[in-house]
Amino acid sequence: MASSSDNEEVRVLGKWASPFSNRIDLALKLKGVPYNYSEEDLANKSLDLLKYNPVHKKVPVLVHNGNSIAESLVILEYIDEVWNNNNNHAFLPQDPYHRALARFWCKTLDDKILPAIWNACWSDEKGREKAVEEALEALKILQDELKDKKFFGGETIGLVDIAANFIGYWVSILQEIAGLELLTIEKFPKLYKWSQEYINHPVIKEGLPPRDELFAFFKASAKK
Amino acid sequence: MENEVVLLDLWASMFGMRVRIALAEKGIKYEYIEQDIWNKSDLLLQMNPVHKKVPVLIHKGKPICESLIAVQYIDEVWNDRSPLLPSDPYQKSQARFWADYVDKKIYDLAKKVWARKGEEQEAGKKEFIEALQLLEAELGDKPFFGGDKLGFVDISLVTFYSWFYAVETIGNFSIESECPKFISWAKRCLQKESVANTLPNSERVYEFLLDAKKRLGIE
Repeated sequence: MASSSDNEEVRVLGKWASPFSNRIDLALKLKGVPYNYSEEDLANKSLDLLKYNPVHKKVPVLVHNGNSIAESLVILEYIDEVWNNNNNHAFLPQDPYHRALARFWCKTLDDKILPAIWNACWSDEKGREKAVEEALEALKILQDELKDKKFFGGETIGLVDIAANFIGYWVSILQEIAGLELLTIEKFPKLYKWSQEYINHPVIKEGLPPRDELFAFFKASAKK
Repeated sequence: MENEVVLLDLWASMFGMRVRIALAEKGIKYEYIEQDIWNKSDLLLQMNPVHKKVPVLIHKGKPICESLIAVQYIDEVWNDRSPLLPSDPYQKSQARFWADYVDKKIYDLAKKVWARKGEEQEAGKKEFIEALQLLEAELGDKPFFGGDKLGFVDISLVTFYSWFYAVETIGNFSIESECPKFISWAKRCLQKESVANTLPNSERVYEFLLDAKKRLGIE
């Protein structure tokens, strides 16, 4: 068992319902790295959170060897680079062009695809039609990128798959609450199939938050 | 071969400038194809169908979109000279974090100054200065964000300096008086050929921005 000295300790400050925070849980579990997790209350930020992420004061934050790293995509690449021996599953390929593609899709998920889906799920009647159209367009471009691959990373889970946890898991819950049909087997058969492979992957399955709790959490937010 | 590396870009784009600086730092010859962003070319739409934006780096016929991703790609392919990112994973993560901060904040805050008026513009000026001051604090006593040499964060940020005159003129304020350290860092970067040869004339940028505002219907 790993020693509990400061140097080797891996700590995650997160929020269980946040897909961004969950990316870090998934990544560390895929690498088989043990870590200590602290649940943060963003309405009442802890001294540790303010110390480790003074710039954005958000989760997730990774603390390793006393150093803190913020921003989920930055953290994912750090994890991939540090825990990179042969037994550890690589998130990024070696080839620079395919690395650039993976980074592009992670950024496009965060800048364009996630916001479009989120907006659609929380849209009011007035903006709904346009928001749904944009969300469907976003899912289409993502499916076009997946093509016939099992995962975005190919045969195994890669950086894009980890970053797409929102698509694989959160979307089904949010669309149900909103009464929308966005990611369905009829509309996006390949992407839907990917989502099923994803949530049934042995490590991912253990790393995702429980569905009924996540549903209840977002349902309560919807009422406000 | 020059045709092996092609850059689709707009001369005034602070994002495109990042890629040009990186290529210059590595001594890479390339073909530059100026894009008319008001009338997008078939090539641009074909090479960046998702975002339809510049810059696009094309290497051996394959497109790489998003300026910071292109800069990292350049660093990884031409990894035998002038490293742009640190090799230590923690230092690298910090460089990526700060470049991401620049991406998330600087353009939008500058836009709040040049696109808005009245109270909104005043708020934009204040937030913009605060962001630059945070970056000054991060720079500390180092000559560059990359330490002794120009690095990833320097490249991601210095290109905005070419827009300062435009932002100051429209916003009617002085950036240097609030952020002297930032300005002296930018001037230090400009002593490097790669930066000096890339950043366009500030007055030309101001004219470009005035024209852009008209086209976008922003007063």
